[in-house]
Amino acid sequence: MATKTEKNTRYKDKNSVGIVKPKDFTFAHPPDELILDSGKKLGPITLRYETYGELNREKSNAILILHAFSGDAHAAGYHSENDKSPGWWDSMIGPGKAFDTNKYFIICSNVIGGCQGSTGPSSINPETGKPYGLSFPVVTIRDMVKAQYYLIKHLELPFLYAVAGGSMGGMQALEWSVNYPDMVKSAIILASTARLTPQGIAFDAVGRNAIMSDSNWQGGDYYGKSIPSRGLSIARMVGHITYLSDKSMTMKFGRRLQERETYGYDFTNEFEVESYLQHQGDKFVERFDANSYLYITKAMDYFDLGERYGGLNNAFKRARAKFLVVSFSTDWLYPPYQSKEMVFSMMKSGRDVSYIEINSPYGHDSFLLETTRQTKIIKSFLDSIDV
Amino acid sequence: MFEFERPHLNYEEIVKIIEPGSSVLDLGCGDGELLYRLKKEKNVIGRGVDIEERMIMLCISKGLSVFQGNLDEGLKDYSSKSYDYVILNQTLQVTHKPVLVLHEMLRVGKKAIISFPNFGYYKLRLQLLFKGRMPVTRELPYQWYNTPNIHLCTRNDFINLCRENNIKILKEIDIKSGKRIKKVLPNLRATEVIFILEKED
Repeated sequence: MATKTEKNTRYKDKNSVGIVKPKDFTFAHPPDELILDSGKKLGPITLRYETYGELNREKSNAILILHAFSGDAHAAGYHSENDKSPGWWDSMIGPGKAFDTNKYFIICSNVIGGCQGSTGPSSINPETGKPYGLSFPVVTIRDMVKAQYYLIKHLELPFLYAVAGGSMGGMQALEWSVNYPDMVKSAIILASTARLTPQGIAFDAVGRNAIMSDSNWQGGDYYGKSIPSRGLSIARMVGHITYLSDKSMTMKFGRRLQERETYGYDFTNEFEVESYLQHQGDKFVERFDANSYLYITKAMDYFDLGERYGGLNNAFKRARAKFLVVSFSTDWLYPPYQSKEMVFSMMKSGRDVSYIEINSPYGHDSFLLETTRQTKIIKSFLDSIDV
Repeated sequence: MFEFERPHLNYEEIVKIIEPGSSVLDLGCGDGELLYRLKKEKNVIGRGVDIEERMIMLCISKGLSVFQGNLDEGLKDYSSKSYDYVILNQTLQVTHKPVLVLHEMLRVGKKAIISFPNFGYYKLRLQLLFKGRMPVTRELPYQWYNTPNIHLCTRNDFINLCRENNIKILKEIDIKSGKRIKKVLPNLRATEVIFILEKED
């Protein structure tokens, strides 16, 4: 482990994209606001995004990376020399990595409704000069993708070599392939689903309830005041459980106690797993907006790819992309059977698809952790795409 | 779990059978080498199915379309007559429900190509007769305790099964140690057999 005095030089590693700079793109200025699935309008919209690697002359090597629920535009590299940790998918994006920046031009943007640079409930509503709060319209996965479409047009990309994402990122990748079929040559769907299970919706509901029952939440109007940190922290703790598995928790914590030998017969955080969850909750509060938690979980709950197209088979009949679908054996939030159903629907609709179930103990989080096997699979898959 | 090497048996003969441009589903496709050859040499539209993650990874690394799944679950999610050929090469004997697999192959494919080691081969018979031991050969290299082969049969057994199930044998190819032989006493002389099948309506 690095000591505090030691300077971080990992940004200089030959397989790191190095120091990266986020950019902003603002569009949908009134009266040309984006019309959302709800019928409401949103504009102006800012998308925070980052790019890695170089666009080739033919503009044929662009890959859009879609982030999961709590992710952001910062997928790889470091923001400064003092940045302690790299982007959320740095293990997969960089020179020689799965998404090889020597070959591909990689784009990642923060979703609308988010809180990390793109327009969301914590952004200032230009009409009122105050944060939107709950006056922010409810957005869907399709709305997120629509906004990204404007970014891709702004970058003057004729098409995307690939769209790729895990979990909610996979939902976006699916939506891209069906809603903009001519734009998407291939789609990589990791630990995801064509529609969230009732179990998934249930956990999201618990998270939202925790936030909304925090007295600091104030109907979403807490900006500049005390934030609903307790509620948001509990929401994250619940969420985090769903990202792990029985097996990974046993491996990681067992029944070990935290810094003590015997039971205290009280209600402090005694077990390691308890203090781990507490830590995850506290850390999350520092970087995430409680209202964004509500909006983005709602978007995932609403996601049902087939619904707008007369069933999933019909949805995939629109698509033109070659698909790679990856599930993980211990993922009970986005279970393998759902990926299989999706793959069979793709096959019935005549799509070219490969499906693999990676045997991994890490539950839903596997897509962020199983680097070696995913790298091998994704690299070969990307090599097999003709444009 | 044991992990088994899968020898590349009968590829030459199967490649010869397939017409160019056909659609092919290869069940138990292993490392994808057969499909890869069919794609290269016969320009087929192919898909593989295998149960092992390791094999699926090898297939993907060859740029093939593959699905990780268990044949014993059947092919219920595949549409009828959606492939020109469904291939089951060196895999029948490891399935739990060979008859179900056979019926499903003939439902999903217009034709089925099936190959398996012939347990009637005379050397196998002799090993059992004279040594009193479970036979071990090039085609069946396993010991009784580590073999994946749970449903071995002879050429004649298989023909009998086809007859009972109204399955039409369009062609039989008899193989001995990798080479095609004339159909003279095939149940004794063939180490491997390949059948092209069709379902009688």
